[in-house]
Amino acid sequence: MPAADVQHLLETTALRSPERIAVTEPDRGEVRYAELNRLSGLLRDYLRHVGVGPNDRVGFFLPKSIDSIVSIYGILKAGATYVPVDPGAPTTRNAYIFANCGVRAVIVHGHFANQLRAELTSLNANPVFIVVPESEEALVLRDVLEALRERTGFIATSTHCSRPDDLAYILYTSGSTGKPKGVMLTHRNALSFLDWCTETFQLTEQDRCSSHAPLHFDLSILDIHLPIKHGASIVLIDEKTGKDAARMAPLIARHQITTWYSAPSILALLAQYGALDQHDYSALRQILFAGEVFPVKHLRALQRLLPRPRYYNLYGPTETNVCTYHEIPKPIPEDRTQPYPIGRCCSHLECMVVDEQGMPAARGAEGELVVRGPGVTQGYWNLPEQNAKAFLTDARGNLWYRTGDLVNEDADGNYIYLGRRDRMVKKRGYRIELGEIEACLYQHPEVEETGVIAVPDEEYGIRIKAFVSSRGEKRLSIVALKAFCAGRLPNYMVPDLFVFHPHLPRTSTDKIDYQALKAL
Amino acid sequence: MSDTKEQVKQFILEQFLPGAEPDELTDTTPLISGGILDSLATMKLVTFIEQTFGITVQAHEADEDNLGTLRDIERLIRSKR
Repeated sequence: MPAADVQHLLETTALRSPERIAVTEPDRGEVRYAELNRLSGLLRDYLRHVGVGPNDRVGFFLPKSIDSIVSIYGILKAGATYVPVDPGAPTTRNAYIFANCGVRAVIVHGHFANQLRAELTSLNANPVFIVVPESEEALVLRDVLEALRERTGFIATSTHCSRPDDLAYILYTSGSTGKPKGVMLTHRNALSFLDWCTETFQLTEQDRCSSHAPLHFDLSILDIHLPIKHGASIVLIDEKTGKDAARMAPLIARHQITTWYSAPSILALLAQYGALDQHDYSALRQILFAGEVFPVKHLRALQRLLPRPRYYNLYGPTETNVCTYHEIPKPIPEDRTQPYPIGRCCSHLECMVVDEQGMPAARGAEGELVVRGPGVTQGYWNLPEQNAKAFLTDARGNLWYRTGDLVNEDADGNYIYLGRRDRMVKKRGYRIELGEIEACLYQHPEVEETGVIAVPDEEYGIRIKAFVSSRGEKRLSIVALKAFCAGRLPNYMVPDLFVFHPHLPRTSTDKIDYQALKAL
Repeated sequence: MSDTKEQVKQFILEQFLPGAEPDELTDTTPLISGGILDSLATMKLVTFIEQTFGITVQAHEADEDNLGTLRDIERLIRSKR
């Protein structure tokens, strides 16, 4: 019988294939399914012992490790909701997240424990702490749990059976108000997505899947839970290795990874600096990428170096996980420059394109992509206003999630990604893609960084405001910048206002922080 | 710079070039082709000129030839007084 909740994916696999390797932490250790099941069971029991009950939230603040996988499953087995945070983010931000969703307990790496405790106290939050001391070895949490059992004698319990609409995890993403917002995701959300993955990627227990993405990114839902569902192996890529092509490339070959999933920028890095022709990638059978547009130039270069795997472009916000996908044809034509489509709607979801009024757009016309189905979030944690804005109701009363992305459907029935809805504005009837103005400014030799926004204006409707940081010491001339733009863009796209800053504010994912610019 | 030109220059700096150094805007800086004045701004400028200097600017005169630079604008204003 198929598992009815995420934690039973592990329970079922451990019964079927206890001796198969579940998770490898390269050069540090590995754990088989039986042991992963036992350890997550221990954590479950301790969490219950300290008062964690069904639907409580439990956070973890750990580097990518076997311990973090034990944490995920221990929390789920207690019937609670796991809340991962970025181990590289400031502790203040992570404390905000934990306090925001009222975690009952938190599993934290020794390095951060004291500061986290101080920050949480200042937010009037007082969860139970489970501290995992720093160590050169893997599976430190095992020692912690066994010591706790010695000391407290907590009893063995059984794994909770969650209901489809119980929350499995909350993933926090950048909020437009500047504060992170928690996307609530249920067991139904997870399992319906994983079923689509099973159908599309055909994993077997022979597969070895990389876990490149951090555990607070929704790519990790595929990376961690899909292999566990099938009895395959997870090979963890730690944060440092994940940025270093020279270390990553040999690791992928050495561990005979069969399925890779990451942002395109990482793949482009591997193609350029990974010396891929030096290693044996015969095991690699599929490469999945998502999160940003993959410039065709780099995708073609990668495909030349690694011609054997199947390549898939996956698209979808955290709120839906993957909602459309497209398999890249082989070979990529030499003269193609246009990025590939985001493709067709996944079989477990429904997609629709709507116009500015929220009505279905004509076939082939551009509009906002909206999604509905079992993979779609119920909303954000404790943000009723955001929830109201994020969904639209159709004529039949159905709720659709608004992705905020503009698309149109091509002649083959594939969706083409056109840009963010809020990065496209209308000025006096003209359509302006703010990114296009930025691209123009980047061509100026003295421009280091730029961020262009539209500000509402009583007199002019909207004004285009360009923030610029310059390369050198020289103060840039506004008149010269306007002339530069006027020589390359239609007049109505020349920024109305220029503001200079030594550095522009950036988000935790290192993109220009447009919300911060709006506040300046 | 003459009084007339100076007044027009100040207006343009205040309305359309906030944050710019005054000496960025010269007699011959291209105002329209240089992206400083779009069609709405041009209309605003014309209204300012008409009100400040008591003249009338015809619709067909509100163009690159007559409003293209500060020098052109001064010439236009002088021709109408």
